[in-house]
Amino acid sequence: MPEQKLDVDAEYRVAVASINDIVTARLQGRVLAERLGFSPGEATLVATAISELARNIVQYAGNGDIEVRSTANGSRRGIIVVARDRGPGIADLKLAVRSGYSTSGGLGLGLPGVRRIVDDFQIVSNRHDGTTVTVTKWRN
Amino acid sequence: MAVPILKQAQYLIATIQSALTDEDLLSLQTALVEKVGKFRSRGVIVDVTALDVLDSFASRTLRDIAYIIRLRGAETVIVGVQPEVAFAMVQLGITLEKVPTALDLEEGLAYLDKKLQHARAET
Repeated sequence: MPEQKLDVDAEYRVAVASINDIVTARLQGRVLAERLGFSPGEATLVATAISELARNIVQYAGNGDIEVRSTANGSRRGIIVVARDRGPGIADLKLAVRSGYSTSGGLGLGLPGVRRIVDDFQIVSNRHDGTTVTVTKWRN
Repeated sequence: MAVPILKQAQYLIATIQSALTDEDLLSLQTALVEKVGKFRSRGVIVDVTALDVLDSFASRTLRDIAYIIRLRGAETVIVGVQPEVAFAMVQLGITLEKVPTALDLEEGLAYLDKKLQHARAET
């Protein structure tokens, strides 16, 4: 990678409206993870989580956005990913994060899978505002 | 970006070059199914060395490809799953189930050779 100013405190927002944006969003997450010193394995987990969250947006809401930003807890660095849409919301949140449950014919690994690979997972969803998933991954 | 598919003797080798969109993966699926018939291929290798993420959709599509190709009478082997990718897949709970995998292209070819020899010996 060419030498560039490490803008680790920046916020990146990727509009997600089609399946092509999924790749853009996860690359953005990987770039930030690498700049923050995440290991290749951790950066892959961040990219994979973003991929799943972005796919949910496209599949269930049509469009939304993914925001990726750095965070810190003392000397510990981390990444916060916020996936937001204004879609129909999730009727049963408890069910949606249960492994193996899917309304789309998928594997049902999306949300439960993401929850497993991040350190903190929060989801807010209702019919009026859509769904917001916020996840945090800390660097080891 | 379309995935180039190389015909080598009785095998097809699809080498994924960069991060694929869902559409690219689905066109790979269509292209392989068609080419297996056209070239009467006995084996297919999908090389995912360049893939930095194999999420649930990509894994499912690879699995579908292998099952569809089997219905067309050929074997599929996935090669080149990177260590970090393998790690992430397991943590996410993704498996390729019964789809055979091999370390790299060389091992993949060896796998198919062996598999086809067996098939021939049985008949």
